[in-house]
Amino acid sequence: MHDVATHDDSKGQYFWVWGALLVLTAVEVWLGYRQIFEPVHMLEVLLVLSVIKSVLIIAYFMHLKFEKAIMRWLLVISVTGCFVIMYFFFFPDADRILKLGVR
Amino acid sequence: MSEITLQDDAVIAHGHAGEFEAPLFGAYSKKVGMWLFLASDSLTFGALLFAFSYNRIYTSWPTPFGKDSIINATVMTACLLSSSLTMVMAVFAAQRHDRAWTRNWLLATMAFGTGFIVLHGMEWTKLIHEGLSLPGFPKPAGQLESEYAHISSGVPQFAATFFGLTAMHMLHVTIGVIYLGVVALRKLFLPILGALWLVGFLLIPADNVFHYGIHALLIGLIISSVILFLKPKDYDAHDVEVSGLYWHFVDLVWMFIFPLVYLMSTKI
Repeated sequence: MHDVATHDDSKGQYFWVWGALLVLTAVEVWLGYRQIFEPVHMLEVLLVLSVIKSVLIIAYFMHLKFEKAIMRWLLVISVTGCFVIMYFFFFPDADRILKLGVR
Repeated sequence: MSEITLQDDAVIAHGHAGEFEAPLFGAYSKKVGMWLFLASDSLTFGALLFAFSYNRIYTSWPTPFGKDSIINATVMTACLLSSSLTMVMAVFAAQRHDRAWTRNWLLATMAFGTGFIVLHGMEWTKLIHEGLSLPGFPKPAGQLESEYAHISSGVPQFAATFFGLTAMHMLHVTIGVIYLGVVALRKLFLPILGALWLVGFLLIPADNVFHYGIHALLIGLIISSVILFLKPKDYDAHDVEVSGLYWHFVDLVWMFIFPLVYLMSTKI
């Protein structure tokens, strides 16, 4: 029975994850100052880095990596699905308001 | 009622009178409940971040954040990341039934969280003093022609999304610190929280937004008191792990707010 996350993992990996998160943050700050991309591409690059950081946090710090597969996949698929639906509704709808005009 | 955990035979052994149904996700109900809450809360932040991203791309967005703001926000990020590490250590200590180190690591996590809130409060105070305000809110005297005052009137979405996102997140961090305080110190935390509220209310000037914002601690004090007096239990490893899930989520959300709100508005 899976109780408190009592998986046999060393503490060392959490320090590595913490270090990786700090390095990724430093890369983001560097990119923010360099501004080598246009705003849209910059947004995409920063979002990709943020997603990588969030995967590390969810998988290791929140221990989802060590949970049962059904819980892992159900959570990931449902939340991701909601975000995808948001994306396909929010952006076109906001565009539609701009193009039609708001009276 | 005594705490029933999955370690109890009544839960594990099936086919006996009085048995509990086996958990669907192989985890205790508190953890599943917290995950479901976090999934729903992530959609709240998701909607706000989508709104921010749309505005950032399709409007003439100002880039006013100078070196000071970015350094401040980077230090805040480091505080939250470090707090997640200390939270993991607290969970490990709780699993070892090491009560002293569980409390110590939780207090360290709270210290990082409090540092984040204080730094963020200083940042807010500085920006408001320099003229950044929401539509309809008074602007500080002498700042009517400042850069931030022009931004507030010209692109009101900037202040709206900045204050909206960061206030929502700051509220979550504050709730997290109170949550961890209750788990770490139980009833002992109540007078500390009350003292913090009173000192904050008396020391923060009346023209500062946090003179009123500090009342969040009073609301937290009332709710924590009700919970602790209705169910004065000794929090176990499960509770520490569940509180850790909430704390890591707060860290996770900031990983999106920091690059989008700050780094996408950097003054070069």
